[in-house]
Amino acid sequence: MLLTAFAIVTDGLVYAAYLFLVAVGLTLIFGVMKILNVTHGSFYAFGAYGSAIAVGIYFDQGFPAAGGFLLMIVVAMAIGLVLGLVLERGLLRLVYGKDEVVVVLVTYAAFLILEDVIQLIWGTSSYALYQPLDIAGNIDVGGLSLSGYDIGLVVFAMLVAAGASFALKYTRWGRVLTVVIFDRELAAAFGINVSLVYTLTFVVGAMLGVLGGAVMAPKIAVTLGIGVEVIVLAFAVVAIGGMGSVGGAFVGALIVGLCRAAAVHLVPQIELFVIYAVMALVLVVRPQGLFTRAQPRKI
Amino acid sequence: MAARSIIIGTLTFLLVAAAAPALPQWLVSLATVAFANALVVLGLVILWRAGLVPFGQALYYAIGAYTVALIGRYSEMRDVFLMIAAAAVLSGLTAFLTGLLLARYREIFFAMLSLAMSMILYSVLVKTETLGSTDGFHVEQPTYLGYAPQGNMHLLVLFWLVLACGALSALLVSFYFRSVAGSLAVPVRDSEIRLEFLGVSVNRLIHLNLVIAGTLAGIGGALAAFAVEHVDPDMSYWTTSGGFVFVTILAGAGSVAAAFVGSFVFELLKSIAYDLLPGTWQMFLGAALLVTILFLPEGIGSLFVRLRRRPEAKAMGANMGANMGANMDAKSTSVLS
Repeated sequence: MLLTAFAIVTDGLVYAAYLFLVAVGLTLIFGVMKILNVTHGSFYAFGAYGSAIAVGIYFDQGFPAAGGFLLMIVVAMAIGLVLGLVLERGLLRLVYGKDEVVVVLVTYAAFLILEDVIQLIWGTSSYALYQPLDIAGNIDVGGLSLSGYDIGLVVFAMLVAAGASFALKYTRWGRVLTVVIFDRELAAAFGINVSLVYTLTFVVGAMLGVLGGAVMAPKIAVTLGIGVEVIVLAFAVVAIGGMGSVGGAFVGALIVGLCRAAAVHLVPQIELFVIYAVMALVLVVRPQGLFTRAQPRKI
Repeated sequence: MAARSIIIGTLTFLLVAAAAPALPQWLVSLATVAFANALVVLGLVILWRAGLVPFGQALYYAIGAYTVALIGRYSEMRDVFLMIAAAAVLSGLTAFLTGLLLARYREIFFAMLSLAMSMILYSVLVKTETLGSTDGFHVEQPTYLGYAPQGNMHLLVLFWLVLACGALSALLVSFYFRSVAGSLAVPVRDSEIRLEFLGVSVNRLIHLNLVIAGTLAGIGGALAAFAVEHVDPDMSYWTTSGGFVFVTILAGAGSVAAAFVGSFVFELLKSIAYDLLPGTWQMFLGAALLVTILFLPEGIGSLFVRLRRRPEAKAMGANMGANMGANMDAKSTSVLS
């Protein structure tokens, strides 16, 4: 009984770490740019493919293990930079000022295109990155064997969360971002280069999405269509926590992670159901999510 | 004007129905699926006029489809009309219940809540063994008032049925657009507060629109299930909903006919792209969607409207006339701005 509870908590935390890493970029982009970015699923997929291949090659060469984990992050940053810049500069720039829903559809179109780009680059075969899990090994805690990689993942997600909230609160860029989130026009009137803020936000959000895929690559079979599933999960997390709030994404990820882990261990049939039921429930009770202030209604 | 479009519509309908036996079989079966899906798109057009884009319309689509599939599996009833009526009632009822909540939401929250609801159904379908789990199950062939078509006739009769359902819905929806409730949709988008001050309950109006759209989606799902002869949980997945929204954008909210033309063009594009570019058909569709949004924000339907207006604009002389015409289109016909 106690063991089950312990397993639920550890599984839940690991799943929450994964969800947070995926959702934080999405919520950042939504908060600043008011874009519900469907291409986030593609970012995740690109990250998973890029890391599976680059890091796989790295380990095959027999280089030191620590560098492999570093490479994972570097690859993610590079892919995120390219994808983010191309999409924001080349596409989203054209549709700023249109209806929010229309912009969602534009990102949906980009998502469809990127799905096939992935297939063109990496083909239809499936990739597995097994070395990091082997290297990280297993640790026995209270009768449960935990993967070292999972523990690392949780720590990494917490670092990202701490880093993001620190950057938002205490750095100059973070405060500029907060101003833009609060009122874009006022920010522009005070001389903030909103256009530049948008580009940077989108690139950072893309990097975070790619990073989510990159660190998850060792734990999944990297194959076509992984982005499709991730995007709805990330939507659920972001909707629960409150769209545009990093703290909300953190809590949303914890809620969904723990609920799903509990379902998996106790009632496996409702594993998926519980996620979307919680999402619907939160939207019904608090449509703006658990962690956002109510917005003044603008006419 | 109204009478003329009804006459044109009826003539087109009779022409297509008469031509069906002479058309190649693949085209007929493609058109059957396309026109079944067009009913869902028709519902989305109704919502879109009021500025709402649901990312979960597949919920009602799947309910319609599973209703006829389950009736076929667990009962002796095979009559197509009763089965479709059951699908319409069930999906309409679901839309009524979900509408109690959904009608309070707008914009992105509306999209998200409808998405969540359809994903709930998906997660139930995927995990329920008796409903076929991820594989889904076979749909029995229906009979038509006791008549059971054999062989190729089956496809043809179903096509006529889909066509008739489509024509009837198109007619009813175009009447609805001209009714008071229907014509209030565009003002809802422009300013809800103004309408509330005029004494109109916007939420009740939207609730009504949701029920109509949900019922149409259910009928569409039932017909699609007969056409494909199979149902599976993917019918309720978010990509299915996304596909319907896609067609709505492609078609534009300009007219009722646009939903059918758009849906047909979409299925045709999809199967051509699938044949010619097996690996990159999604890319092709995505590019088509982007081009539509960027260059034809009123949808393909707006091309016809523009062609029709051109002589009038010329008569008015300067560019002003064309601009005014375009503005009038935007105000009266579409939701994209």
